[in-house]
Amino acid sequence: MSDSATFPGLDDALALGLTEAEYELICERQGGPPNQVELAMYSLLWSEHCAYKHSKKLLRTLPTEGPSVVMGPGENAGAVDVGNGLVCAFKVESHNHPSAVEPFQGAATGVGGILRDIFAIGARPIAVLDSLRFGEPHLKSRYLSSLDEGDRGGNGGAGARSRYLLDRAVAGIGHYGNSIGVPTIGGEVYFEAPYEQNCLVNAMALGIAKREQLVTSAAVGVGNVVLLFGASTGRDGIGGASVLASAELGSADTPWADNPPGGYQDEDSSVDKRPTVQVGDPFEEKKLMECSLELLERGLLVSLQDLGAAGLTSSASEMASKGEVGIDIDVANVPLREADMEPFEIMVSESQERMLCVVEPTNVAAVLELCEKWEVGGAPIGTVTDSGQMRIFKAGQPVGSMPVRALVDDCPLYDLEPVKPEGTPYPAPKALLSKDATASEILLALLASANIASRRPLFEQYDSVVQSRTVRRPEQGDAAVLTIAPHGAPAAADGVHDTDGAVPGIAVSIDCNGRRVAADPYTGTVAAVLECASNLACVGARPLGTTNNLNFGNPEKPHIAWQLTEAVRGLGDACRALQAPIVGGNVSLYNEGTSAGPVYPTPVIGMVGELPDVRAAGRSGFVRAGDAIALVGPFAPSLDASELAKLWGWELPDRLPPIDIDAVAGAQAAVREAVRSGALSSAHDIAEGGLAVALAECCLGGDFGARVSLGEEFFGAEGADATGREAGGSGISPDSAVALFGEGSGGFLVSGGEDALRALGASVPMWTLGSVGGDVLRIECLTRAGGELIELSLSDLDQAHGALAELFA
Amino acid sequence: MKFGVLQFPGSCDEVDALHAARRVGDAELLWHGERDLKGADAIVVPGGFSYGDYLRAGAIARFSPVMESVITFANDGGLVLGICNGFQVLCEAHLLPGALLPNANLRFTSRQVQLDVVESDTAFTCACGGDRDLRAEGHLSVSRDSIVEARSTLSIPAKHSWGRYYADEPTLASMQEHGQVVLRYASGENFNGSLDDIAGVLNEQGNVFGLMPHPEHAVDELTGSSDGLCIFASMRMAVEGTHSGSGARV
Repeated sequence: MSDSATFPGLDDALALGLTEAEYELICERQGGPPNQVELAMYSLLWSEHCAYKHSKKLLRTLPTEGPSVVMGPGENAGAVDVGNGLVCAFKVESHNHPSAVEPFQGAATGVGGILRDIFAIGARPIAVLDSLRFGEPHLKSRYLSSLDEGDRGGNGGAGARSRYLLDRAVAGIGHYGNSIGVPTIGGEVYFEAPYEQNCLVNAMALGIAKREQLVTSAAVGVGNVVLLFGASTGRDGIGGASVLASAELGSADTPWADNPPGGYQDEDSSVDKRPTVQVGDPFEEKKLMECSLELLERGLLVSLQDLGAAGLTSSASEMASKGEVGIDIDVANVPLREADMEPFEIMVSESQERMLCVVEPTNVAAVLELCEKWEVGGAPIGTVTDSGQMRIFKAGQPVGSMPVRALVDDCPLYDLEPVKPEGTPYPAPKALLSKDATASEILLALLASANIASRRPLFEQYDSVVQSRTVRRPEQGDAAVLTIAPHGAPAAADGVHDTDGAVPGIAVSIDCNGRRVAADPYTGTVAAVLECASNLACVGARPLGTTNNLNFGNPEKPHIAWQLTEAVRGLGDACRALQAPIVGGNVSLYNEGTSAGPVYPTPVIGMVGELPDVRAAGRSGFVRAGDAIALVGPFAPSLDASELAKLWGWELPDRLPPIDIDAVAGAQAAVREAVRSGALSSAHDIAEGGLAVALAECCLGGDFGARVSLGEEFFGAEGADATGREAGGSGISPDSAVALFGEGSGGFLVSGGEDALRALGASVPMWTLGSVGGDVLRIECLTRAGGELIELSLSDLDQAHGALAELFA
Repeated sequence: MKFGVLQFPGSCDEVDALHAARRVGDAELLWHGERDLKGADAIVVPGGFSYGDYLRAGAIARFSPVMESVITFANDGGLVLGICNGFQVLCEAHLLPGALLPNANLRFTSRQVQLDVVESDTAFTCACGGDRDLRAEGHLSVSRDSIVEARSTLSIPAKHSWGRYYADEPTLASMQEHGQVVLRYASGENFNGSLDDIAGVLNEQGNVFGLMPHPEHAVDELTGSSDGLCIFASMRMAVEGTHSGSGARV
């Protein structure tokens, strides 16, 4: 090793993504220039991903406390109290950039990473959900106008890359979740042009733990042993750090641009720099999970931490920082996949399926014995010290030393410089639906559009029932519903039971309509949070806590900074109003394609709620012929940023109608209580595609038709909102377009006996619309301007709704 | 009546199977590295991805120490149920005829499927045919609100990527002759492309049974269906001698 490699300079620091000022600060903290190992470790811990340089100040404004919160942000995952001495741990995390490069492994290791976060705090993972964003798949739909040949382009035609990414990402999620025995119970996917060059793959996981068995990552006990267990360490995921080993140090090349060690991406990255993507092995993780949980069960660990982005560097430093101690690590003791790895490579490797724990010296033998039982590697690699330093050795020789505080806490935080842009930065989509389309044609086109069509072809690739907790599978309810009963116990026997036989459960939803956030970051984010809570309400669940993944573009750009600032403000306001505090989350910035500009701002929201008795869990589909159907809640539909507006090729507006959060929360509470009491047959929240699509979904979900009539009173004294008037075409009146297909928060479609609906209507706005029955959906609009009639058979609706099947044929 | 449920590294559904079995009797997990079957009256080889299913689904598990004992147990006439990966393991161990190939659609597919009970006079399906109330007859050890009715069509989840049953023609002819095709996917339900819609098969002696769908995930209406319970109840009846069907020598 040459001296220049031992002491890299400013150019290398810049190549690793640090700024000149940051490098100088590091030199100051170190009392001289950092060596190779030290620079590698600083550059990772001071990256956007680890240090939250551009988001930390904003995140501090979020509500993080509440009566249910057991573990808030800062640990591997958050946790809320779910009663009976049990907690539910959950978190969402992104794996966007690896998935854009290698979607199968990127998505698979995304699931692997979030599962480790859950069992790192001592919880058994019980569910996975995923949130995906891709470019337009360009479905060959008979309901939408076909694309010009020119639009189909080269390389297999338009949408080919999006289809490939979708196919492989779904396969990767399934590969990992199915193989490890954790059900994938829900998720969401949207297809929009701004995600074409930068797809989003976010994965959320939930776990259950006994409250007293939760473990933190804080390293404590000077003299305790730091033990690495799981897979061996290789050169995967360290493409970026190779700049330090390269002879051409200081070139303009930025190898981390494509596969940065923490999801950080430079917007000028190019696809030809195919990086090293981590490869996941669910079998290894399954053993690691069982081993970790048994180690904790037996009380053999002082603390536990998973290895994710930035590998040992991040894990060890975080553990030392939280415990306010120092840690010595000797890299010669780390089991390696490849011989001759440099110390810095060992410290930054992102090899998957590894955990780091602190163990009392007397327990080391027992820990290694258990590792042997589960056939996972285990090796003591260091000790807890009182030095306050992260000291790295190679066979006893010091190769790096850094103050823990400098590494973890001293990275400068930056203020954003938000500026609201003039107009929308996103180009209008190509119109795919004629202005002459009738109401029936519009409904079929919406049902067959990529964002609304049934997700069955995706979720059928996931095991949703393993662990025997799943009470509502995908498409059975607006949110997934699980029993809390301990792993695998019969749902209604021997499990967690109240004396009256009630089976307590949890519900979970994940959501974010990025187009609405792009139109209005504040209101769009409020809508995303409310959407999750509405989904919970429809199954009868009350929100307990929230997690989020902020997927945005380059925050150094003023309009992205504005999106981020507004979104976080909306997130905070909505979570406060719902008393669903943020217990953890993740930030993924610099999501921008080479030429396509930033993604839609996408603050993915995951929300967990509780049900006192899952036997009363709500269903979204109609259940019984003869039931009355009603629209409930402060629903004020608008075509702004709606799916129909997209099909018509409208440009995004630069605002959304304001939302009365408390009014929506009130309607949610009313629906929730009605579901819990068993008074309703079904409850479904009105979302993309508006009332008509929601009606069609209720029909298809229960295999029942419906007769519905929207009378003049439904359209209100003011008639439709202003956007409706732009809808003027020969096919449908503006009023009808808004009433049938307008979107907004706070609308619920419920069915049940007339008495039950009347009772519900006493506490919340309600319109009785019609009744369930037959095998036809008939919707009559009686507006002042005349009328509209939709009359479609269930099989017509079903055929349109099955449009995504073509993507997996 | 005691079930032993095998546990390999990579098993996923073993705890579900354990609790399903406990609804009709006692049950205990049996670790893959040990040969002691701990006095089990019947064995369940559960679903999952034993040893990561590397090489080929079930190919490594058949050589595990516990499987040595299970093979002896089966050859001595003991009841062995293989579910999904367990079915694959039993085929690899030559305790069952035929093999499981990748699904016709080449994808992991998860679906609630309807199964026709073709043979209701076996040690694994004797409680499934006809209109019997298993609880009233005392074959369920746990009291539950939902009434378990014996059915001739079962609604049970299936979830796998290697579930396409295949056997060569002479084998298939022999299986049919001996009543070894026990479960078939109902019309339109055979998503994996199994030969002759075969979902579950018995060995010629009638004491080893494998199926791709997961009866252990269909033991409670709350989680979708309780139709799978009759498989476990049948095994208990067979072990306790309350079933004297021609298909099982137990």
